[in-house]
Amino acid sequence: MSTAALPHDEQLRVRFGELKPALTAQAAVIEADRCLNCFDAPCTAACPTHIDVPGFIKRIASGNLRGSALRILDANILGASCARVCPVDVLCEGACVLTRQNRKPIQIGQLQRHAMDAFWASAEAVPVAASGTHNLRVACIGGGPASLACAAELRRKGARATVIERRELPGGLNTYGVAEYKLRAADSVREVEMIRRLGVEFRCGMEVDSAAALEALEAEFDFVFLGLGLGAMQRLNVPGEDAEGVMNALELIAAYKTGHLRELHGTVVVVGAGNTAIDAANAARRLGADTVYMLYRRSESEMSAFEFEYEHAKQEGVQFLWRRQPVAIGRDERERLLLETVQVREADGKLEVIPDSQAAIACDLVVPAIGQSPLTEILRELRGVEVHDGKIVADRATGRTGNPKYYAGGDCVNGGREVVDAVAGGRRAAHAMLKAVEVVHA
Amino acid sequence: MPDIGVRNFAGSINSPNPFWLASAPPTNTGEMIMRAFDAGWGGAVWKTIGEPITNVSSRYSATDWNGQRIMGFNNIELISDRTVEQNLSEMAGVKKRYPKNAVIASLMVASTREAWHEIVTRTEDAGADGLELNFGCPHGMSERGMGSAVGQVPEYAQMITEWVKEKARTPVLVKLTPNISDIRTVARAAKRGGADGLSAINTINSITGIDLDTFVPRPNVDGKSSHGGYCGPAVKPIALNMVQQILADPESALPLSGIGGIGSWRDAAEFLLLGCGTVQVCTAVMHFGYRIVEDMAEGLDNWMREKGFETLEDLRGLSLNRVTEWKHLNLNYKIVARIDEQKCIGCDLCHIACWDGAHQCIHLDRVTGPVDGHVELHRTPAAKEAESRASIAETPVTRRERAVAFAPGPYATPLERIPRVDETECVGCNLCSLVCPVDDCITMVPVDTGLKPETWDERTRRAACVTQVRQP
Repeated sequence: MSTAALPHDEQLRVRFGELKPALTAQAAVIEADRCLNCFDAPCTAACPTHIDVPGFIKRIASGNLRGSALRILDANILGASCARVCPVDVLCEGACVLTRQNRKPIQIGQLQRHAMDAFWASAEAVPVAASGTHNLRVACIGGGPASLACAAELRRKGARATVIERRELPGGLNTYGVAEYKLRAADSVREVEMIRRLGVEFRCGMEVDSAAALEALEAEFDFVFLGLGLGAMQRLNVPGEDAEGVMNALELIAAYKTGHLRELHGTVVVVGAGNTAIDAANAARRLGADTVYMLYRRSESEMSAFEFEYEHAKQEGVQFLWRRQPVAIGRDERERLLLETVQVREADGKLEVIPDSQAAIACDLVVPAIGQSPLTEILRELRGVEVHDGKIVADRATGRTGNPKYYAGGDCVNGGREVVDAVAGGRRAAHAMLKAVEVVHA
Repeated sequence: MPDIGVRNFAGSINSPNPFWLASAPPTNTGEMIMRAFDAGWGGAVWKTIGEPITNVSSRYSATDWNGQRIMGFNNIELISDRTVEQNLSEMAGVKKRYPKNAVIASLMVASTREAWHEIVTRTEDAGADGLELNFGCPHGMSERGMGSAVGQVPEYAQMITEWVKEKARTPVLVKLTPNISDIRTVARAAKRGGADGLSAINTINSITGIDLDTFVPRPNVDGKSSHGGYCGPAVKPIALNMVQQILADPESALPLSGIGGIGSWRDAAEFLLLGCGTVQVCTAVMHFGYRIVEDMAEGLDNWMREKGFETLEDLRGLSLNRVTEWKHLNLNYKIVARIDEQKCIGCDLCHIACWDGAHQCIHLDRVTGPVDGHVELHRTPAAKEAESRASIAETPVTRRERAVAFAPGPYATPLERIPRVDETECVGCNLCSLVCPVDDCITMVPVDTGLKPETWDERTRRAACVTQVRQP
């Protein structure tokens, strides 16, 4: 997998230096020794992929780093990126029993990274099960975490898998949408390369956008896994939002990660208060914006971003404007963007505009980041795949859709969660497809 | 205020406290010993004096455990590498400047009457308050017919003790090796030979570990190693047992200076409770320096105050008669484990320990419904774990989901993770309370069996009586 599409940019490296430096080898062992090795550990239960957390941690303590990494990869093929991007506070570390003893939870994410870094350093390949090889062929549409996990699991169990990605590089949001200080695009691509070396086929730059394309896939493959992710970001639906200087949060993140956006100046306003909004706001600060506002129509206590992300944004110098929403985007006499806003309040569960609360913010960039709307175009092409509320309807345990040829997982099913949720969904679908074949052959 | 001074130990040795440095690297020179006395040590047993030897490098190795350094310590260093003259002239200087501290000379010379007579006289002339005969050194010296080569043969130990006693004017302590099947055989020999006291234990033969890259055991001396003497926290239980064996045996019992894994006042108090008159410390000082004695003295003082002891004699030996043979233990005493739901953090280590290491009586069935009884009635740990793995978990991405995921319950730990003890099956083994990471979460509670105390000894003797009565 070539990383030619990614910049080797010293400025990017410095401005988006790693948020959390890696543990040293000895610090990792000391931390691993702190782990109580709980029975049926709550951290493992809290992890959507159910990584055997005490199992991999105790392998670090004993110096069995290869075993530790393989333990992680058995449950989660994207263990390296999850170690960096998972909101561990609300997952494994949030479940650590030590917190009930007023002790700091085990740094599970950091330990997982330690094991995975050692695995990378050893340049070893992930083992593939020798037995059980069969002719099952699956196409995974979308090159993000759900498809990657599904394809890798199928491959490791002896089946054949092909990942189809419309962009130049696979990895989905791991490559294009995660803040660079958490996960570098190059590291995402490296992880994808590991999956390719398992024998997963990649077809990049290929859009599946017609009935004919679908028919061709149906003819070539036994099953199609839909790991489509979410579609374009929702629009603000205010006049002037197509003006130059309006760029949605995912576009902004992808642009700086691929070297297409190197500098920002002046004032940036991010509209929304989710985790992606925060990533975009922090990026704007690091790219050089003097003032970054986050505009949210509700209050601090209602924002959907994780608490630790909110704290991080404050540390980055992002300023918050609560209970305010945009009404129009225009330009002032000096041709700067002028974001017209009003103050709102909640009345009977609905937001109402407070009279005479208009305020205009002169700025240089407006970044809508108010959630992502699902890609529905392609789904209309799919026969028998039910869509509800913008999400593909699939069985929770198997990812099976209404059409037995189609399975689905990740954001397009769950409406937008974390990488680790997508991995879990992809993996469950892989197991279900393998089982379906077994049943047929039995 | 309690008095922690030692008076007339083994006849005539006095020291301001029971904490002595053992004969080892921390007592190598007069300069070191004087600094130790300044730090607060009550006495010092001089690094063994004899014909100077040549040492190797390296000399030490250790066993680390769970992130802690030096759970156990091993050395292949020999006795003093300095001349008898150097050691004795420094000893005279120390004794002059620190008349109140105990200075004991550890001695090891060739096994001849003349050699022992000469060294005893010279050492006492230098001002030593007592002599400690090193019959314990397990490495190097034993290959030359000294150290544990003497300490492992009761006849030699008795003979040399007798030679020393022919000349000695100060108390004579014999230091015992644990590298023998019954330490009492040599203790008895020393007593027969006229020893005034004993020191126990010396180090235990050991190989601490092997380098998995070079395959050479540690410590590595140019590609080879040699068995050494093991000490440090790991050996304390072994030392306590041997101390108890010696002091409970009338033919062995003498004033005893306890040694083995002592690093704190708590350790020291345990040796004193078994009947030791003083204690000796080495490894802990090698790890942390002389300064550790401050807390040892303060801690012992505080504990004595709390317990109402005025002198060391008030507490010495109080635990000795609490050790008995197994056959004298009450078979009808029963305790069971109780888990405090308020303190439980849900690690469930007690559950897996009980299932895999004990008697399958701690269950995770508070939510599914408590079931008392035999193992077959319960779900196995593996089944429980498989169920968790098959469950679907999702990241709580919204505030509402997080509120549900982290909702407080009646206890800090979710009820399904708080184990329950089936008291009908609990044998009171203590294992769960030992693995529990939370203090006082699992307590072992006595339950009334309604039976009178009865030991195995009593039970079998009564059975024997019944059999005799039945016989015509």
